[in-house]
Formats: sequence, structure tokens, C-alpha cells
Amino acid sequence: MHPGSAFFIILRRMRAPLILLIAVYAVSILGMTLIPGVDAQGRPTAPMSFLHAFYFVSYTATTIGFGEIPQAFSEGQRMWATAIIYATVIVWTYAILTILALFSDRAFQQALSGGRFKRRVERLSEPFYVLCGCGETGGRVLAALDRMGARAVALDIDENRLAELELEDFRSETPALCGDASQTQNLLAAGLQHRFCRGILGLTNDDQANLAIAAHARLLRPQLPVILRVEHDAIAQRMAAFGATQTINPFATFARLLALAIHAPALYRLYDWLTGTPGAILAATRDPPRGRWIVCGYGRFGHALVAELLREGMEIALIDQHPLEAPGFTAVVGSGVEPDVLAAAGVKQADGLIAATDDDLTNLSIAVVARELNPGLFIVLRQNQQSRAELFAALQPEMIMAPAEIIAHAALARLTTPLLPVFLHAAEERGDDWAWALLARLRLELGSAVPHVWQLSIDANAATAVVSLIAEGCDVTLSALLHDPSDRSERLACTALALRRDEVDAVLPEANATLSVGDQILFVGSAAARAKQELAARNRNVLHYLLTGREETGWLWRTFTASKETVQQLRE
Amino acid sequence: MNFEKVVFGFFIVFAATLNFGFFVGDIDRPELHHVYELFAAIIVNLIATVLKFGDRTQIGAIHLATSLVADLQLIAAASVWAFAVHVTGEGMTPAVTASVVSLSGGALLANIVSLAILIAETVMMRR
Repeated sequence: MHPGSAFFIILRRMRAPLILLIAVYAVSILGMTLIPGVDAQGRPTAPMSFLHAFYFVSYTATTIGFGEIPQAFSEGQRMWATAIIYATVIVWTYAILTILALFSDRAFQQALSGGRFKRRVERLSEPFYVLCGCGETGGRVLAALDRMGARAVALDIDENRLAELELEDFRSETPALCGDASQTQNLLAAGLQHRFCRGILGLTNDDQANLAIAAHARLLRPQLPVILRVEHDAIAQRMAAFGATQTINPFATFARLLALAIHAPALYRLYDWLTGTPGAILAATRDPPRGRWIVCGYGRFGHALVAELLREGMEIALIDQHPLEAPGFTAVVGSGVEPDVLAAAGVKQADGLIAATDDDLTNLSIAVVARELNPGLFIVLRQNQQSRAELFAALQPEMIMAPAEIIAHAALARLTTPLLPVFLHAAEERGDDWAWALLARLRLELGSAVPHVWQLSIDANAATAVVSLIAEGCDVTLSALLHDPSDRSERLACTALALRRDEVDAVLPEANATLSVGDQILFVGSAAARAKQELAARNRNVLHYLLTGREETGWLWRTFTASKETVQQLRE
Repeated sequence: MNFEKVVFGFFIVFAATLNFGFFVGDIDRPELHHVYELFAAIIVNLIATVLKFGDRTQIGAIHLATSLVADLQLIAAASVWAFAVHVTGEGMTPAVTASVVSLSGGALLANIVSLAILIAETVMMRR
């Protein structure tokens, strides 16, 4: 359905009723101008003129019944008027019913909402993201974007999910369209080529649709950041062919994390702490053990897990509904719920168990049975549906793998803090001891709850004051952004994790590092520290105080008196 | 043969011929321009207009535009007529007749344009 075609649909559907209406009016008026009238004395008079006839038919047809009759009708006129009344009422009813039916017509409503959506997107005058797919994952991303004050445009194939979004209490209104995200016209209507479009997220649960999004972005808007959810490696390769390197595979992501937790527990904890929901207290769980692991369900997730676990040198037993040709490890046929199947897989001697089927209740029952057989098991549960979160948490497994959550976190991190994955990668290279020391230090400084992680870019938009002082030749150091604007001797509860300048990344930059325009800095700290830092970065006077310890005066004063002197001081 | 095309062509040609029938004759002689002819021209023009609704092509748009012009001019002619006869009471003097007929002449021009488009479209679509 072409957006904006609502008007044409109305015109087209109204053809028949309108022609009928004109015809009935014409016959009625014509008759009235032909039938003779009668005067008070009963003598025949000339028929009505066209004006009078039109006037009479108009108030009769609309059932207004104005009743202003100059003189009584003749018998002939009365007969004709009776016919007019019935004919016109029927035709009007027909026309009105046609319009009403049109408004409840699905195709028409879609045309109407499509046109409205397109206009709203065109009118957006601030940066926004195009979000394709608003299910559990997309809904989380949308809510988080809204909390951060970023605008988004939503596209989903399911009307019900969009209706649910409307009920959510969002700060800004999100234009939403019900349509297939792999269709060119829908993506264009959603603002793919809009000048304020800052990125597109393909988070639908259909790999093919996400692939189509990658193709559209690459061909219609090259250079636009694209973040895609993908569950099959073959599709991921095809996405890469379109230049989309930002793909998120929830299964591979989690399998890598599990492997990380096995071989570098401190790095895993650092990762967990930095990417969690701010304010959450992470449960103190034990580290996943080395040894024998049982994997229930050998699907996409199972494959990714087995590959990573084998790389870690674990002994693996597989349980799957279908007989497996799996050389090198034990394979048992069954769902994993049956105690004898679990026993055959060696649950008594196992160290860890992963319930990785795509059915939540199966996973839960596997965990319950396995825990009874071996209370010391390290249990990892795959949770497919968000609505079962309480159920899964009540079982207290050591790790929960929720695809929606993993994708949402990864997508948001790539959008808002692209330096965080870079930092975590660098941390992996530095090893577990380094991560352990850093985590201990950060927790001491910032508290053990999950902190806020944010990225500041030194540009005229986000750091006006920094840019203007740099332009005047002052040395603005990183430490100015790490101290309290109300008392510069106090440190803010935040730390710089990484600094990117000209594509070169520095991990844990020194506080006396001098900033230059175009720098990207990754911070970790409290929400309050972030707000104070934003103030310093944007307000010239505050930044000046942080740098020199003296309050700077207003623009007028600065221009006429002290400007050169201050700049001179700062240069020294 | 497409019945829809027959109806469409019929009403466009009929609108033009009725319009012409009313217009033809000395411009200031009321006895040469009958009110029923004007009435028929208006009704057929309105129906032709509605038939042109909902076509999104360029030609469809021009078709609709010419029809709207013709409707406007014919309704203006009828209004002048009704005003002269019923409101001011001067009746169909040569001056009033001339203005009514010249308004319908404008509508005729619009109808001729409509006819020309119809013919051009038909020639282009010839298969």
C-alpha cells in the first residue's frame, strides 16, 4: 500500500454513490420543474422554477424538512415529492454507509496511518534511529533509547506489538508503522534517507528481513551505522558482504561469554559489571568450573556452545531429541527431562549443565531434575521468553541466557558507547590479573552496584565549552572532566576507561592527557557524576573554574577586559 | 471492448455536446438558450467529474481538472440565471443572457480540452 493514497481510495470508492446521488437529484429537480402547481383558488399555475425545485429537493433530500412552503402543492407535486423523499433518503444513506464502511476498511486504515507515519517522519528535526522489529528485543531497545532522550522510528510487521508500544509510557512519541521491514518503501517511509537518520537497527526475528535491511542500508544510504540481529552464520556472511559488520548473534555472543567466564573469570565479571543494567547489584555467583559439561539441545545455541567449550578443552556430553553423529563426545537421545537420560549422560559426575533447548518449560524441568540428581551442578539456562523471567530467577541457576536481553544490550552498547567493546577487547588482551585489579579498584571507587557507562565526544554539540577553550589555545586536560564543578579539589565518582583519537585507542588514559577536538572518551561512573561532567563540558565558566580555580565572568566582561590575560594564563 | 471505457467516453462526449447545444445560437437572445439544456449539461458534467475521481495518473489529473473547470463555469452560469430571474427580478435581458452563455462557452472550452485528452489517450493506448 502506497502511503498517502488514502485520498484516492476515498475518491475511487465514492464514485458509485456520488453518481447515484447526482442522478436522483437531477430526476427529482427535473420532475419538480415539469409538474404544474396550484394556487389558493385551485387554479393551475406554472411549475416550479429550477431555483425553487433545487431548493425544495435540497432540504427534502437531507431530511432537514425546512418546511417553508410558499403555497400548497398540487396533487401532482405531492405525488412527486413523496417519490423524492424515499429516493433521496435511500441514496444519502447509501453514500454515508459507503463512507463509514471505508473508514473501517483495513486497507484504507493502513493507507491512512501510512500517510500519517510518513509525514511525521519527514517532520522529524532531530537525530533519530530506525528500529525494525519491536518484539521483546526491540521493545527493550526502544525503552532504553527513550530513557536516554534519543528519538526513534519503529517498524514492525505485527500490529499487536505496535499497539503494545503505544501503551508504554514513553517520554517522546515514536512514529510507528505496521509493515514489512524488508520492503523498500517501508524503509524509505521510516526515514532511511532522512538527513537526521543516525542509524538503523534490524532486530526482527527473521534473518532474511535483517539481511534485506543490510542490503537497503548499504545501497541506499552507505556509511549509515547498521546493527543487525542474526542467528545463522551463513546469513551473517551475506550481511558482511553488504558491509554490515555490526551483527549480533545472541547464541555465539553468549557462548563466547561462557568461554570467557571459564578461562578468565575476572574479565567476565568486569564485562558483566560494565554491561549490566545501571543500579543493579550483581549476584555473587561462582565461576563456571572446568571439567565435564552436559549440553541439552543441540540446535544453533548448542552448536555455538559446544564449539566454545571444546576450545576450552572441556569434556562434553550431548542430549538431544534426535540421534547425533557426534564423534568425540557422548551423545544421548532424549529431551533431558528423563532422569535416566541425564544419568546416561553422566549427570552425577558432571560439573556443569546447560539447558539449551528452545522450549522454556523443558529447560526449567531439565534444571529441576538435574539439580536433584546432582546439587553441585553449575546450571546455565536458556530463557526464550521474557515473560518467564520470574520463573527462571526463582530457580536460581548460575547463569541465564536470554537472547532478547543479550541482543538489546549489545545493540545499545554499539549505538551509545561504541568504545566499550573496544575497551573490553583491549582488556582481554591484557589478561585476567589486570582485569581483576581494575575491577577491584573501580568497585572501591564507585561502589559495587552496576555503574553508568557513557561516551563523551569532544565536538561542538556535546562539549561546547571544551571546544571553544581549545579553539582559544588553552590546554584542556582530561582531569578537568573528572573533578567536581562545585569544588575542584573533589574528584567526581567516575573514571575514564578509554580514549579514541584519530582511530587510535588508549586504554585507561592518564588524567593529565590533553584533549583535542574529535576525541571520544569512554567513562564509567555514577549518574550524578555524569550530569556534573556534562555541565562542565558544556558550560564555559564552569570549565574555566575547573581548569584554573577561578570563576570566569560573563562574555561582555571577558571580551572587554580579561580575555587575553586569561588565555595567556592558561597557555602558560 | 471495455464497458467502463464506454461509459467514461460516453459521459465526457455527452457533457461536451450538451454544453455545445446550450452555447450555440446568438449570445444575447434568451429564446435560443433553453434552461433545460443548461440543466442537462450541468448534471452530465457532474457525473463525468465523478467518473474521473480516483485516477492517480498525470492524464487522470488533467482530466479531473478540466471537468472541475467546466462544472464551475456551468454552475456559475446557472447561478447568474437564477439571480437575475429570482433575486433582482430583471429577467433574461440580452445582457444577462450574454453573460450566462459566455460562462457556458468557457465550460465548453474546458470540455473540448477534456475531449482532446480523451482522444489523445485513446490514440496513444491503441493496440
